[in-house]
This record gives sequence, C-alpha cells and structure tokens, in this order.
Amino acid sequence: MSAHADTHAHDDHGHHHKETFVTKYIFSQDHKMIAKQYLITGTIMGVIGVLMSLMFRMQIAWPEEPNVIFEALLGKWAPDGVMDADIYLALVTIHGTIMVFFVLTAGLSGTFSNLLIPLQIGARDMASGFLNMVSYWLFFLSSVIMVISLFVEAGPAAAGWTIYPPLSALPLAQGGSGAGMTLWLVSMAIFIASSLLGSLNYIVTVINLRTKGMSMTRLPLTIWAFFITAVIGVISFPVLLSAALLLIMDRSFGTSFFLSDIFIQGEVLHYQGGSPVLFEHLFWFLGHPEVYIVILPAMGLVSEIMASNSRKPIFGYRAMIASILAIAFLSTIVWGHHMFISGMNPFLGSVFTFTTLLIAIPSAVKAFNWITTLWKGNLQMNPAMLFSIGFVSTFITGGLTGIILGDSALDINVHDTYFVVAHFHLVMGISALYGMFAGIYHWFPRMFGRMLNKNLGYIHFWVTAVCAYGVFFPMHFIGMAGLPRRYYTNSNFPLFDDVANVNVIITIFALVGGVVQIVYLYNFFASIFFGKKSPQNPWRSTTLEWTAPVEHMHGNWPGEIPHVHRWAYDYSKPGHDEDFVPQNIPLKDGEEELQH
Amino acid sequence: MTALLTIIVLVFILIAIWQMVKIFDLAQAKNENTTAGVATDKDNTINGYLMMGFLAFIYVITIVSCVKWGDLPLMSNSASAHGPTIDNLMVISMVIIFFVQTVTQFLLHYFAFKYKGEKGKKALFFADNNKLEFIWTIIPVIVLAGLIIYGLNTWINIMGVDESDDPLVVELYAQQFNWKARYGGADNTLGKANVRLIDIDRANILGLDESDPNAQDDIITTELHLPVGRPVLFKMRSQDVLHSAYMPHFRAQMNCVPGMITQFGFTPTVTTAEMRQTPQMQEKVKNINEIRVEKSKKLIEKGGDPLDPYEFDYLLLCNKICGKSHYNMQMKIVVETEEEYNAWIKEQKEFKNSLIN
Repeated sequence: MSAHADTHAHDDHGHHHKETFVTKYIFSQDHKMIAKQYLITGTIMGVIGVLMSLMFRMQIAWPEEPNVIFEALLGKWAPDGVMDADIYLALVTIHGTIMVFFVLTAGLSGTFSNLLIPLQIGARDMASGFLNMVSYWLFFLSSVIMVISLFVEAGPAAAGWTIYPPLSALPLAQGGSGAGMTLWLVSMAIFIASSLLGSLNYIVTVINLRTKGMSMTRLPLTIWAFFITAVIGVISFPVLLSAALLLIMDRSFGTSFFLSDIFIQGEVLHYQGGSPVLFEHLFWFLGHPEVYIVILPAMGLVSEIMASNSRKPIFGYRAMIASILAIAFLSTIVWGHHMFISGMNPFLGSVFTFTTLLIAIPSAVKAFNWITTLWKGNLQMNPAMLFSIGFVSTFITGGLTGIILGDSALDINVHDTYFVVAHFHLVMGISALYGMFAGIYHWFPRMFGRMLNKNLGYIHFWVTAVCAYGVFFPMHFIGMAGLPRRYYTNSNFPLFDDVANVNVIITIFALVGGVVQIVYLYNFFASIFFGKKSPQNPWRSTTLEWTAPVEHMHGNWPGEIPHVHRWAYDYSKPGHDEDFVPQNIPLKDGEEELQH
Repeated sequence: MTALLTIIVLVFILIAIWQMVKIFDLAQAKNENTTAGVATDKDNTINGYLMMGFLAFIYVITIVSCVKWGDLPLMSNSASAHGPTIDNLMVISMVIIFFVQTVTQFLLHYFAFKYKGEKGKKALFFADNNKLEFIWTIIPVIVLAGLIIYGLNTWINIMGVDESDDPLVVELYAQQFNWKARYGGADNTLGKANVRLIDIDRANILGLDESDPNAQDDIITTELHLPVGRPVLFKMRSQDVLHSAYMPHFRAQMNCVPGMITQFGFTPTVTTAEMRQTPQMQEKVKNINEIRVEKSKKLIEKGGDPLDPYEFDYLLLCNKICGKSHYNMQMKIVVETEEEYNAWIKEQKEFKNSLIN
C-alpha cells in the first residue's frame, strides 16, 4: 500500500500536472473536489426541499387561502393562487424524497465521506478516483431527473416518499402516478447505483489505504461512522433497487408483484396474487437502515467536533464504536416497526417491538458519552460546536418519543399522525441537518481554505435552534390529538378545529427558520470567495487532515504521507504543553499511549 | 395576504440582523489578535449564557405546550375496553420521557454553560470510565425491559381475537374516497365477496357473491353503528389502494389492503350520547364552537356562509395516503344501546333487496 502511495507521489505530485478547467472542476477525480460537488448539489436540492416544505406549511396554516407565492411558483397547480390538493401531496412527497436521499444521504455522506476519509486516514485519494467521479455524476443525473419530474404534465410523484403501491402503481388512482412516478423511480434507481459505487469505494479505502500506524482503533470516530454507514448502505440499498424494479415491472409490464384484486374508476384490473405488504417489507428493509445511513455520519462528525472543541478526548471511544456497530446491526432487523398495522401477523409486531426498543440502549450510551465529553472541558463555542450540542439536544428530544412509536401497542393510535412527523424530523431530520451544518462550519476551512463568518454562524444557529423546537415540539401534541399527517386541509373535521391555531404557530416558526437559512447561504457562498484566509489548523485539532497544506493539491500531502503514532483524541493530555497532540507526533519517551 | 406580509416583515428583520452583524464584525476586528472566525473567550461566555437561555426555552415550550394543548390529546376518555390499557402505557412512557428529557437536557446545556472555554484553562483528560458506562447501559436496559414486557402484553391482548365471545362481525370497506360498512345480518356471517364481482349496474357495489346464501342478508351502510358493550370484530377490505381505518377514540387502527382481508377487534364501552355528556368533551366542544363562531364571522364578511355548530361524533378517518381527497375520507360512527342498534339495523336494506334487477 505505502509503496503504491509513494510511487504515486513521485509520478503525480512532485510537480503539478496540467489540469484543464474540465478535469479540475467538472469531471474531477480528486476526492476534495468531488466532496465540494456533492455539497453544492446537495445544497441546491436542500433549498428546493425546504421551499416545498414552507409552501405546504402555509397551506396547512391558512388552508385554501390564495397566496401570491403559490401563484408564482406553482403555476397551473395553484389556480387563482389556491394550492391544488394533488400538488399538496406532490410537495409532501418530493420534500421527503429530496431531504432524505438527496440532502441527508448524498449531501451529508457524500460530502464528508469523500472529504474526510482520505484526509483523515492518510491516503492520497480514494481507492478508485474514477468510480468516485462516476458516483458523483450519477448522483447529479438522478438529481436532474428528480427536478425534471416536477414539470411533467400530470404532476410529480405524489404517493408519499414511501411510494406504497397500489397508489404509486396506478395512474388511475392519482395523476402523479403516471410519468411523474416513472421519473421518480428512474431517478431513485440511478441514485442507488451512485450510492453503491460511493459506498464500495469508502469501504475499500478505509480497509486498504490507511497510512502507517493508523490501526482501526486509532481511527477518528468520523471514519468509523462513514465506514459502517457505507456497509449498511451496501446491505440495504440493493433491496430498495429490487423493490423499485419490481414496481416498474408492475407499472409498465403488467406483472402482479404488489397488486391484486383492484377495482378502480369502474373497471376491474387484471392484477392477481400480489401483495402491497411485500412492497412495504422491501421498502422498509432499506427505509429503516436509511435513517441510520443519515444519522450515523452526523454522529461521527459531532463526536469529532465535540472532542476537538471541548479540548477533551471523546468519552468512551470504544463504547462509541461498539454502539455504532450495535446500532448498525439492529438497524437491519427493525424495519417492521413501520408496519405494525399493515396487516402483517401480530406476532411479527411483537418481535419488531422487541428489537426496536433495544436500539434505545446504544443510543442512550452515545448520548451520555457526548454529555460526559463536555464535563470539565474547556469548551470553545465555535458555530460547529453549537450545532453539535444542538444535535445532541434534538437527538434526545426526538429519540425519546421513539419508545412510544416503537411500542406496537402505542403505535396503533399515533401511527401516521403528526406525532410521527415530530419524532422523525427531530431525531433524524433536524439532528442530521445539525450534524451537516456542524461539519460544514468545522471543515469549511479545509474545503475552501477560508473561514466562515462566525457571527453569522451564531445567528444561524440560535434562530434555527429556536425555530426547530418551535416547529416540531407542538407537533407532538396535535399528533396525540389524533390529527393524521398528509391531510391537505383539516377543515373537513370540526373535531380538529382546536388545533388550527397550533398549525399557524408551527408555520410561523417554519417560515422564520426557513428564511434564516439565507443567512447561512450568504455566509457559505460569500466566504468561498471573500472569507478570511484560514490558517492550517484553525481549530487546533489532532487529526491528519489538518497536517495537509491549506492549498489543495492532488495527492493531499507534498512528499511523504504522515505516519500515525497515537489515537485521534489526545486533547489536554497531561505531560504536554499544548492542549492537543496531533496524531502524527511520536510518543515521547516513557509516554503511555492511552487508548480507550 | 397575511403570509406575504409575514414574509416581507421577515426579510426586513433579516436585513437588520445582517447589518448588525457587519457592524459587530467591524468592531471586533480591531481589538482582536486571534484567528478570524474562531471563538474568543467573549464568544464562549455569550454562547454559554445563551445555552442556559435555550435550556429555559426548552422547558418553557414544554410547559406551555402541556398547559395549552395538553388536554387535546387522546390520553384519557377512551371509548373502548382496551383503551385504558393503551392510555396507561402511554402515560407511563410519557412520564419516563419527560423525566429523562428534563435531566439530560439540563446536563447538556448546563455543562455547555459551566465549562465554557477560557484562555489558559486546561480540560480534564478523562477518556473512559467503565463503571459509569456500565451504569448508563444497565439503567436503560432495565427500564426498556419493563416497557417491552408491558408493551408486548398489551399488544397481544389487543390483537388476539377471542372468537368465543361471539363478536359482531363488521366489514369496513374502503375505496377512494369513502367508507362503507357491511354487517353479516341475522346470521352474523359475511357473505363471500371479491372486487371482480362488482356490478355497478345492479348496485352490487362491494362485489358480493350473489350465489352465497350467507350474503343474502348482509347489510351495507354508510354509517357505522355499534351496540355498546358487545365485542366487534372488524374485517377490513379495500378495492383500490391502501387505506387505513383509524378510529382514534377507540384506540383502533388497521390498514385496508387490496387483495387481502385484515382485522381488528374492540369493544366499545361508551355510547355517543354518554360521551357527549362527559365534562371533558363538553369543554372541548364548547371551545371548538367558539373557534367556529370566530371563523364564521370572517366567512360572512367575505360573503360566505357561516359554519354549522359542531356536535361531537365518533369518527372513522382514513390515515394512509390514498390520493387527492385523502383529507376528506371519513365515516360517522354511532355507538348506541343494544335496543337502539337493533331498531336501526332493522331499518336497513338487506343485500338481496338492494339489488337492481
């Protein structure tokens, strides 16, 4: 391995070889450039996803009231500015799809796995730069197709992000299940291919390309998180691909994998013998691990940022790894908790209740370890640190309600209500987003060689934090009042008239929270060009990426790759003058390598 | 219009904040020799205090939500025999959640405040402690073991249907976008049915098998009437897409899946009339009617019709996304005494008499 790296260095890195605009910025095979491409594509998709959520929140708060924004953005779907019920469902569907897959999977994992894996393990680049490039461009293609699907005649996919058939299979059932759904499925199939190429690359790179001395137990927790995330992705994404392919067969070639005995719009369809419940199993076999694919990288980023900014080792390094492994294992055997009332055998419900509630144990260990990491630290309140603390806060608030939803008996009554919406937005939506923001604030200097403005960062965090609670905390209560999710308006149920004002409050918080993201976007894009120049190691961190020069170079380090002599968390170690000892500094005479 | 105004105001607020930050930045740049963009002691202090403020905010929003909206939830006042067991479990889980939430959020934010960074201070090198980790592994294990055992016990009791109780068998039939109920008639047995047998011209809308003797006395209705105190076994069917039969007051829900029959059973314990008389419900209805009167005023101003006053009824809602009018797929449920129920069912047409020949 190191021989390969060294020759590589001689071939490519002694001198800059010629790069054209196209090979440097577009079809780049450099992991740092690909990370930036992922981040910027993810950001654009994020803006679309958030805008959609603001639109449907306005519809929920002020149902069927004309709104110039709808008229401007939705066109024929908002006659006289009143949002159409079909497009409401489409907005909900595409918002979910974009946020879960395009922002929090590709945008988060794609950005930080690409940026940090080679830099933190001490590698010149990913195992296969070419596959990495293909992975990004497939992701880009799937994003483009998803965006195009918004403009088809009969409307985009509108069957919910879970696209349960028969609704998603039958254009007769819903306009969005025509061309819109076809494009959705094609886009997702390409997305999955992209994700698999990326994941395989991450796994191979972590296993094979670690620098000398970088044993698995010296890896920063970020790498552990990315590595295990990639493993879960490789295990579960192909199952969604198969579900998507079977659904395409049912839709276009007349098979009956998921459909049976259907009478719609006055005609009996030919489908016989399939089961929609089978689709639910296949979907959630990915769908549940998917939430861990989203949250594990965020956990890794937060662990790293917390240790660095607390100037303390992460508490319980080995327990943190063990809990990542436990969560990853359990995540593949809990999917049925989305299906307690799907009509599957109640005995299965019991099994899934059991496995689901077990996940609370490693999650609790992680939360306590983060809190203990802060204890007696010397906390540097950088924006990244604030987002990390915010992550732990929303992860706890959102995670705790999981013991209600994971309990089949209680799920009967809150299933598919706003209680669920509150739960998963806090525990994986907002938390993962915080993890992503934390990562961006922390590694922005590494990506662009410039600093983000911290005061804008503070405003961004505090307003976002207040709004996130303001939006999702009250949702628990309207959920417990029995309000189903995905209702275009509640005005047909006088029973829910007393929650109408709650919905207005939620929407106002959402609007403020949405608009304040402009502060972040401004900070991000302006700092790329005009930010203050960053020193090599602005946060005084121990990991290898900060030993590489600020100016990006192909191959990451001039000359030899640094060797590693200690774990990643020697912060405030007694016997050292500085409060951090980088991983590439050899142990002093008689110094013991503390490793926990 | 309100939305537009809100947004304009927000934009102005943002611009103001933006300008303030610029001023703040300029003021700071002069008296600092630290790296730009890295937190100073002053930042640590300010944000440390803000962390405590945020902790207070979390507590306040929790208390306000509980006081203002805490009586909305369906945590008491259930109308089925198994309802109270679910509600008990819910309350126990909630107490645990609130306790853990209060303590952990306090520790998190208090530590963030207490240990805010200062120049020259050194953090404690504290990397591991097996005893601590054992404690916070074992405590969740014990608590969850209790919750799992209680939860599974409740679940099995609810989902297990005891046929020897002679339950009233009712089919809930879902289609875009309405519900039908089918009763077994005098023999309390549902006739065979399949969507392939649907014959709209003959008004065989649920696809009953006309040759099945059990189907002859079946009764199809658009309202669900249930006698109080008698176990009911629902058989769910859907003709087109997934729907979910959600009866929140009875703590009951089951998906309706095309191509298969799903089931859920419960015993209603409170009649509609009794429920309307409970103090909680009367207060809720009064509150809703006040809101509706306000709304009506606005509607009349715009030249529309006022809203009808609300009277409580049990409802069956669709709770699985099923298409355009998903938001308006409901059926009224009436729980009544045995005599009232018998009188009502007698007035309904039997299947064999409802066909058009």
